Amino acid sequence: MSSIPHDQAVAGHTDGHAGDHNEGHGYHPTGIMRWITTTNHKDIGTLYLLFSLTMFFIGGCMALTIRAELFQPGLQIVHPEFFNSLTTLHGLIMIFGAIMPAAVGFANWQVPLMIGAPDMAFARMNNWSFWLLPPAAFMLILSFFVPGGAAAGGWTLYPPLSVQAGMGMDLTIFAIHIMGASSIMGSINIITTILNMRAPGMTMMKLPMFVWTWLITAYLLIAVMPVLAGSVTMLLTDRHFGTSFFNAAGGGDPVLFQHVFWFFGHPEVYIMILPSFGIVSQIIPTFARKPLFGYASMVYAVASIAILSFLVWAHHMFTVGMPAAGLLFFMYATMLIAVPTGVKVFNWLATMWKGSMTFETPMLFAIGFLFLFTMGGFTGLVLALTPIDIQLQDTYYVVAHFHYVLVAGSLFAFFGGAYYWLPKWTGTMYNEKLGQWHFWSSMIFFNITFFPMHFLGVAGMPRRIPDYAQQFADWNMVVSIGAFGFGLSQILFVVAVIKCIRGDGAKAPAKPWEGADTLEWTVPSPAPHHTFETPPVIA
Amino acid sequence: MIRTLAKAWAAGIALAFLAPGLANAALVFDLQPPVTPMARQMYELNVYIFWICVIIFCAVFGVMFYSIFRHRKSIGHKAAQFHENTTVEIVWTVIPFLILLGMAWPATKTILAMKDTSGPDITIKVTGYQWKWNYDYLQEGFGFYSNLSTPLAQIENHEPKGEHYLLEVDHPMVVPIDAKVRVIITAGDVLHSWSVPAFGVKQDAIPGFVRDSWFKAEKLGTYRGQCSELCGKEHGFMPVVVEVKSKEDYAAWVAAQKQKVASAKEDPSKVWTEADLAAKGQTIFAANCAACHQANGKGVPGAFPALDGSKVVNGPDDAQIALVLNGKAGTAMPPWKQLSDTDIAAVITYTRNAWGNHTGEAIQPSAVLAARK
Repeated sequence: MSSIPHDQAVAGHTDGHAGDHNEGHGYHPTGIMRWITTTNHKDIGTLYLLFSLTMFFIGGCMALTIRAELFQPGLQIVHPEFFNSLTTLHGLIMIFGAIMPAAVGFANWQVPLMIGAPDMAFARMNNWSFWLLPPAAFMLILSFFVPGGAAAGGWTLYPPLSVQAGMGMDLTIFAIHIMGASSIMGSINIITTILNMRAPGMTMMKLPMFVWTWLITAYLLIAVMPVLAGSVTMLLTDRHFGTSFFNAAGGGDPVLFQHVFWFFGHPEVYIMILPSFGIVSQIIPTFARKPLFGYASMVYAVASIAILSFLVWAHHMFTVGMPAAGLLFFMYATMLIAVPTGVKVFNWLATMWKGSMTFETPMLFAIGFLFLFTMGGFTGLVLALTPIDIQLQDTYYVVAHFHYVLVAGSLFAFFGGAYYWLPKWTGTMYNEKLGQWHFWSSMIFFNITFFPMHFLGVAGMPRRIPDYAQQFADWNMVVSIGAFGFGLSQILFVVAVIKCIRGDGAKAPAKPWEGADTLEWTVPSPAPHHTFETPPVIA
Repeated sequence: MIRTLAKAWAAGIALAFLAPGLANAALVFDLQPPVTPMARQMYELNVYIFWICVIIFCAVFGVMFYSIFRHRKSIGHKAAQFHENTTVEIVWTVIPFLILLGMAWPATKTILAMKDTSGPDITIKVTGYQWKWNYDYLQEGFGFYSNLSTPLAQIENHEPKGEHYLLEVDHPMVVPIDAKVRVIITAGDVLHSWSVPAFGVKQDAIPGFVRDSWFKAEKLGTYRGQCSELCGKEHGFMPVVVEVKSKEDYAAWVAAQKQKVASAKEDPSKVWTEADLAAKGQTIFAANCAACHQANGKGVPGAFPALDGSKVVNGPDDAQIALVLNGKAGTAMPPWKQLSDTDIAAVITYTRNAWGNHTGEAIQPSAVLAARK
């Protein structure tokens, strides 16, 4: 069906063994060159996931340094300006280095397998969009070692503070440009693959939910990444070329940056959560042994969330001093997002209802996601109400809120997805006991870390401060202990992954999960290098 | 095992929800006690939304945990195969929408009241600087800076921390009780945010733009908040402190402030000795310069230049005066025009004769006055 030429097909015709699927595709580099030159969606998916895991640990070390400083009042470990660099880079690295590449990694592995396509549409561009990431990450980390240190204005890079900063800010801006280009290319690839390369009979309304959520995510990325690139470019010209986009003295407006940034930034939070919705929508039906409830309404809910996400950006800015009409509009629009999000939660619950559930690690993470993401949803609703937001804006309550939706939301879903598909990727079952330990320790330490932040926030502790007043001391100590527990728990995940990669565990059958019904489970485990060269036919 | 863990969970959640009742314990759980009508409305709205969320939480997760315990394979439950029901889809779209309307209504009323800054009794201009606040009593004709007064020794753990550690200032804002105070808020360098939780006020301070907010304090006392928008290295060290006084005490305070302004009018043509200037300069340096250049004049390598041994400080005095007055574009060094001629002369004299700098020069206020022209 595919009229798009791709490397494997072309290579396959040159050596006369086109019928042999696993070998005979001509020259295969080995060792490091295999990974640098690869155009295979599975290899590239693996690269994305390993890159993301590495960045997750780098960003995590920054978080732990922050928590070590905040263990007690007073300045003990880091200077305030370095502290600000840590909070800034922790945010940037976790968002652009860990969560987003992980989602693209899942898409690379799973989208072709789930729609019965042999590979991604643009295989060489796929290679390029991955290999842009390591230099960008290198620039971010390098920025710690340049004069003036790394960017220290928060991941939101608000001017005029970010205009004052040293060259670490320029490195950050260029890194964002590169990562944005990578995301846009990845999105074009994903959209083209989904729209053009589905197996015969795979109509749009038969797509697995994960594929649907990624299709919508990819459109969001294409819509907002250029906006981010534009806003940081204006920042760059304000810094070096005498423009005054954000400088009131030159006729600009510092708040303009916030509007443009959050026009990117709010869809961005859905970019980070929608693929997770997709993963959870695959896991829950599998382990409930029951089809996803309300498939069509799930698709419409994701689409509504995506559209609404463009209309709510200024709820991040309720304290800039908007007119009452602005406050009301953005409050109402933000509250409205609770409706489609609620529909999704109810549909997941209805999928579990009267199922025949088992609780392997992927299901535990999916339920953990459901439980904690909904708590993040409640605090989101609280923050949407402008009068309460005035009290909570820029406090630890906000920090708690977005970690509930990003860590317990996105990240837990990714852990669930990793355990769910590791047998397919590596051919080896993960160690169930290790997975359960990973889940329960993450779940408990996550809540020890982030639940008390709600209390700190309502009591008035501002975010992004290296030292705090005495009344915040007890909870901060609890939070720091939780953070170290959470950080150490993640080592269990690395051990589980390494055991799978080394083949240390039970051999995985083609379909290890009784209730799974998507196409990836029809190919052997581990999935062969090339799959679906002859498209499967969907009844 | 899952059952016991779930029980522990339920207990934890219950504790979390009972927590606001424990507000007197050492741990903080709740919004600060409100002392203005706006803060009280915010507080009540928060309690109202909280209980709505608790009810939804119990309903949704009651269903989930019931399902988890009853609909499991290990107790032999067989999976049903239903996967669609338009009626329930409509029900669970419409009901949340109605709940949202019930939340939006009181919030809308509070927003409209919050934005009504008309008819103030007093107007005070608040300006955020890196890293202090300036309060300008526009109708009374005086103003002053408000700096953190917590000693460095406490921050660096050489001394025990005081009761109001990091929440205390040298000169707090003072307002009368039961008066509608309009604060007009701006900034001199980067974004800041002026926040007093007990008043329900948080307003970003934006350089080049003026925003306003208001409060009407109904209880005497001292109320504390912090800068709530990241503004650089000392962001955590620029608290907001407001004292609410009785009308009489406030009037007396205003009179004293005016008296102080009149007697402090400095004559820029006065000639000072180097020792007097340097002594005055040291306090000005500590309040304005030490945050970056450090009390020992060594700066922070890579971020803020050292003054000890600096070429500018040991070079021609007019270059240093110009730099202090106008700042240095593209760096963190802001203009200091707002300081008086005497203050600038004093602080420059201090830097030129402190640490390893021994120029022996006394820079007179008249030189600064001349450089301003």
